[in-house]
Amino acid sequence: MAEFFNMGGYGPYIWSSFLIAAVVMSGLALQSWFDLRKQKRLVAELEARATKSQT
Amino acid sequence: MSAFWALVQRDVRLATRVGGGGGMAVFFFLIVLSIVPFGIGPDLNLLTRIAPGMLWVALLLSALLTLDRLFQADQEDGTLDLLVMAPQPLELTVLAKAISHWLTTGLPLVVAAPLLGLMLNLPLDGMLPLMGAMLVGSPALSLLGAVGAALAVGVRRGGLLISLLVLPFYVPVLIFGVSASRAALVAVPGDLGGQSLLLLGAVSLASLVVGPVGGAAALRVAVK
Amino acid sequence: MTCRFVALGLHQTDMAWSIHTFANPTRFMRFSAIVLPYVWALAGAGIGIGLYLSFFVAPPDYQQGDSVRIMFVHVPAAWLSQFGYGIMVASSIMALIFRHPLADVAAKSAAPIGAVFTFLALVAGGLWGKPMWGTYWVWDARTTSTLVLLFIYLGYMALWVTIEDPNRAARVAAVLALVGAVNLPIIRFSVDWWNTLHQPASVFRLDGPTIHSSLLWPLFVVAIGFTFFFLGVMMVRMRAEILRRRVRTLQMQQAAG
Repeated sequence: MAEFFNMGGYGPYIWSSFLIAAVVMSGLALQSWFDLRKQKRLVAELEARATKSQT
Repeated sequence: MSAFWALVQRDVRLATRVGGGGGMAVFFFLIVLSIVPFGIGPDLNLLTRIAPGMLWVALLLSALLTLDRLFQADQEDGTLDLLVMAPQPLELTVLAKAISHWLTTGLPLVVAAPLLGLMLNLPLDGMLPLMGAMLVGSPALSLLGAVGAALAVGVRRGGLLISLLVLPFYVPVLIFGVSASRAALVAVPGDLGGQSLLLLGAVSLASLVVGPVGGAAALRVAVK
Repeated sequence: MTCRFVALGLHQTDMAWSIHTFANPTRFMRFSAIVLPYVWALAGAGIGIGLYLSFFVAPPDYQQGDSVRIMFVHVPAAWLSQFGYGIMVASSIMALIFRHPLADVAAKSAAPIGAVFTFLALVAGGLWGKPMWGTYWVWDARTTSTLVLLFIYLGYMALWVTIEDPNRAARVAAVLALVGAVNLPIIRFSVDWWNTLHQPASVFRLDGPTIHSSLLWPLFVVAIGFTFFFLGVMMVRMRAEILRRRVRTLQMQQAAG
């Protein structure tokens, strides 16, 4: 097990590159998803206000 | 065609009367270069080695400085709307603007370069290749810069944005320009010096197309 | 007087756009809602299986040992940095010539993802370079032109951020993307030239026929997973962007009426 994480001495380089990739990619995905949720909420709010002012 | 030269004349006259012409750009050029020895120490051998590169980097930066006024001033007083609606093709208008920019910044800097080269201990037999390369390469800076200036027209604090947009496109000019200027000073394999001058010319010719076409496309969007 | 005129003009183009909106982007919203779960599933499967293959199946390289595993991040990221710019250019052409209302949404959404993968390619390349070359950063031709590509991505994104009106920003950004597409080969050529001038030959090469096929398969699977991840994030961003413009039109309508 320790040997697997050591990766023949290259462990720190390998694990940090995969870790950075994982963090950056999930960060991008989450940021995009939060933005989508925010815009959905805004549209819902504005449309509700539009129908209210019409009635 | 007369409208074209009238525009060049107008812009050069405006730049010399209001903006101090090439004076300010040359002054900036001088200051940047005299900062260099403070940064790396006054070792003359080292200065000789980096002189062509530093001169080119300073040329790029000085050319950038004046770009934000290229279309912005005309946009603010409404002249740009007239220029876009004028019967003259917009591509030619952008070309005229780039030419006047080059006449008021590029050309003075090229003339001043050998003098500043002396301060960086550039040998005398390196002066002519340097001036030649700058003469061939500096129009590309104005032409590509015109695209950036047109893209950023109407943007508040567009000066910084123009630098961000334009600097990546200046990379080939810098690379070929420096290697053409260094050819007389450093032994380079084969005929790379002569070739890089030709390649620099090719980049300038390419930007003679890219600059006006891209700049005009950006202006049409900006003014609409 | 001129100010009011300009404001009126902006308003009118916005109205024209919103008529377009109901034709095409609505269909995209429906389509993407159906497709997205599958795209995410393919991305997850590709990345999951690829990770398993790259750590447990792929053998260490006979020269580089286990450090070759960094390739499974580096190469797919580098591929997507090119793919992203390709999408941006294709969308920009569609936006400028056909005025397709979705095209500029696509171009805007692809840029940050492409920039992120360009960044990842540089970081993973550096982490691979340290044990191989003894330094995190080398000014070799490929690293340098990837860095310039990152700058062009960032400039493109900066342009979108600074121009307020989305219609104008879309067309200005499209012009920049196309000027970039014309210039990128020139930049790449000049950087290659610069590299041979300063560093004649004997540069350690990362690519080419030296990659053994037992490493190539896992690489391929990870690359497919990453590509679907790219498409998934891009769709989410496009959905958000379409809604953002809808919010803008609604706000303007309510402010006016």
